[in-house]
Amino acid sequence: MHSILNPARRGFWFGFIGLGALFLLVIPGLNLLVPVESALHVPNYMVTLIGKYLCYAILAMAMNLVWGYCGVLSLGHGAFFALGGYAMGMYMMRAIGTRGSYGNAELPDFMVFLNWKELPWFWYGFDNFAFALLMVMLIPGVLAFIFGWLAFRSRINGVYLSIVTQAMTYALMLAFFRNEMGFGGNNGLTDFKDILGFDLSQSSTKLGLYWLTALLLGATFLVVRFIAASKLGRVMMAVRDAESRVRFLGYSVTGVKLFAFTVSAVLAGIAGALYVPQVGIINPSEFSPANSIEIAIWVAVGGRGTLLGPVVGAFAVNGAKTWLTGAAPELWLFALGALFIIVTLALPKGLVGLWADLRARTAKENAHD
Amino acid sequence: MRAFHLILALAALLLAAPAARADDAFAQALGALNAESYADKINAAEALAALGDGRAAQVLDALADGRLMVAAGGAILIDRGGSYADPISGQIVTAQADAITVNNRLRSVARAAAGRLALFSPDAAARKSAVEAIMNSPGPEAADMVRAALAKEFDDSVKAAMITALASLDLTSADPARRLDAVRQLADSSDPSVRSQIETLLQTETDASVRQVAEKSLASIQFRVTLMGFVANLFQGLSLGSVLLLAAIGLAVTFGVMGVINMAHGEMIMLGAYTTFAVQQLFRALLPPDLVDLYLVAAIPAAFVVTALVGMGLERGIIRFLYGRPLETMLATWGISLVLQQVVRQIFGATNMEVANPAWMTGGWELAGGFTLTYNRVIIIFFCLAVLGGLAALLRWSSFGLHMRAVTQNRPMAAAMGIPTGRVDALTFGLGSGIAGIAGVALSQIGNVSPNLGQAYIVDSFMVVVFGGVGSLWGTLVGAVSLGVVNKFLEPYAGAMLGKILVLVFIILFIQKRPRGLFALKGRSVES
Repeated sequence: MHSILNPARRGFWFGFIGLGALFLLVIPGLNLLVPVESALHVPNYMVTLIGKYLCYAILAMAMNLVWGYCGVLSLGHGAFFALGGYAMGMYMMRAIGTRGSYGNAELPDFMVFLNWKELPWFWYGFDNFAFALLMVMLIPGVLAFIFGWLAFRSRINGVYLSIVTQAMTYALMLAFFRNEMGFGGNNGLTDFKDILGFDLSQSSTKLGLYWLTALLLGATFLVVRFIAASKLGRVMMAVRDAESRVRFLGYSVTGVKLFAFTVSAVLAGIAGALYVPQVGIINPSEFSPANSIEIAIWVAVGGRGTLLGPVVGAFAVNGAKTWLTGAAPELWLFALGALFIIVTLALPKGLVGLWADLRARTAKENAHD
Repeated sequence: MRAFHLILALAALLLAAPAARADDAFAQALGALNAESYADKINAAEALAALGDGRAAQVLDALADGRLMVAAGGAILIDRGGSYADPISGQIVTAQADAITVNNRLRSVARAAAGRLALFSPDAAARKSAVEAIMNSPGPEAADMVRAALAKEFDDSVKAAMITALASLDLTSADPARRLDAVRQLADSSDPSVRSQIETLLQTETDASVRQVAEKSLASIQFRVTLMGFVANLFQGLSLGSVLLLAAIGLAVTFGVMGVINMAHGEMIMLGAYTTFAVQQLFRALLPPDLVDLYLVAAIPAAFVVTALVGMGLERGIIRFLYGRPLETMLATWGISLVLQQVVRQIFGATNMEVANPAWMTGGWELAGGFTLTYNRVIIIFFCLAVLGGLAALLRWSSFGLHMRAVTQNRPMAAAMGIPTGRVDALTFGLGSGIAGIAGVALSQIGNVSPNLGQAYIVDSFMVVVFGGVGSLWGTLVGAVSLGVVNKFLEPYAGAMLGKILVLVFIILFIQKRPRGLFALKGRSVES
């Protein structure tokens, strides 16, 4: 409790509780309690949209942990997100049961369509929600651990690491496009009916998922903050700023990077698992390299190595995307491209950094007066 | 004078006599088509086809389509959509006529007979496709038809096709001597379909000598098919490798000198391809048709200049402010690539543009077994080697090349020696982009030109650079060719997608062992 009383930390806790109240109470309240005719009413589609952004914000925080704090630019984070999404999608596929178009209790529709006779071994256990939840975290985590161990051990860093992670997500995309893989090929997994018995078409279920996502975003926020403030977090930032020096001081750079990469992949997987029930589909295009690069720009726009930056960036970029692709679709790629260029050239610290700079400047001017 | 006329008249008569006889037979068979019963009509159609007269083909076609008419006087005419043609003379006539009724059986008999008659068409290509059609659905009298056509054939390639066809038709002959001949003849074939025909023969063959020869032929065909498959894979691998090399070499140059990954490299390729398209349209609009094919020669320098200027502009305008921040450079160039794609989409539209191969690049050498070495791919392999050679010479012998190599090896030291590193950077970026533009010219000849063209090659060309080693032309060459060949040899076993995945996994594992690629630069600068 002493940290709330600490005046230096007070601002942080006020901000955290304020944002939490906004997402957890105000938006659901405006959706449920305010009448539909009112200008303040938040429509159902808006709740789902914000829920989607909240998933992106978790993903951006995961990216920030590994890039912003540890200096490892992974261009394959979309893969961990998609893997988490697929794990959740597999549970919901199994939950459809006999309600599919072919009415097969055991096999999802696309397998019946491909004339498969029995469930592949890697689908076993996904009818159990707890198992699926475990896989949501375990699959991205284990992949990241193995991949990261191989890469960091042989000191693949900088742009090399970026390219190799990009190749990883590209290879996974090609693999998931194959029907023989057993994940629905091109179409991916869709037509979900319910999750834990709650009907996914009900607005109450959607609101519940939204609420859960907001809660988990808060939890992610605290986890990242805890890591960043710990001694390990300090070493992570040191690795980002002067890798060789940290190594010469006797720290295990491989271990530090591997920790950041794996935790980040698990968080990305959770974000994917929350995303899929809300949008109702997961397909291989989530693995596309372009998606993963976009995650980097959310973080860069918000501000790398800051706690709030990724959330701000994810909301700002995706909000702009939703608005522009509706209003002037041909302008969106110009805007996104320009964003990449402007942020790297002019805003290295992102929006949060800009805000901090402005505040510092006004404080200085006030001091002069 | 009179005697001369008489001789002329006699000669004309002598020449005309066989033609007149053919006309008579044709007219008679034609008349029989107007029979009462369908059975008679079928017989008539078969008799007509058996004449081996080129004119019969269109009659049978018309019959199958229900366009064969009977005029009031009993003359048979072909309905050409409003006007009637006399099939004997080919002249247009006016008449009142009713269609000859056909049923399904007659229609299929007429259709098949017309197909066989194409064997006698004056067009060599049509004869060749008729042979293929007969091979696909051989009828009982097919062998005799082909034999008759072979006697009249003079085109060598059609003749060869007919001999093979005849041999494989004879495989099912009841006469063991014919089968033996056929099996012997087919030993020279390298067609996988012939192989399976002999395999079927072996399942039922009882004659010992035929069996023995058939097994021998089968072994030799098998050997040749395997060899052809190997050559085909090798060629396709080399072709893919040369394309990868063209796409990756500019990337390797910029990465080597500046340590910058240019994510917009694929878009430079795309710009080169669109420049080719623009030059082609310009040539089509301004030059006489026989000079249009030269557009490709003009497109190479044009694409180089356009993309090199764009590249230098980007380097001076954006990238030079990001030196020392390679990750940010990568993101900024990704942004550039999105903008360039959208610009092209706005100007040219999102659809594929058509860039035609010049006449001297179309076609190919047909090797046995249905495998063709297409000229465009062969030319691209040589073109790619020429580009590589030119670049190696530039790096080796020009002063700019010397500066580039110096900056690659040790930037601060090069600067200390008075090399203008900023200008070298700009020129290097221009050179790398220009080569990408040339790659675009080549790619426009073998694929679609669309705004997404570059995206298809970008991950692959990164892999080539990472695999081959940064800043090494030989590394890029070895990397591109080996990736291309390995990819194509994996494809038949694993399928295109899985082959690609395996190659990616292999590279990811490979750079564990050699993080700096096959041909790593030695020295302190690379370990910074």
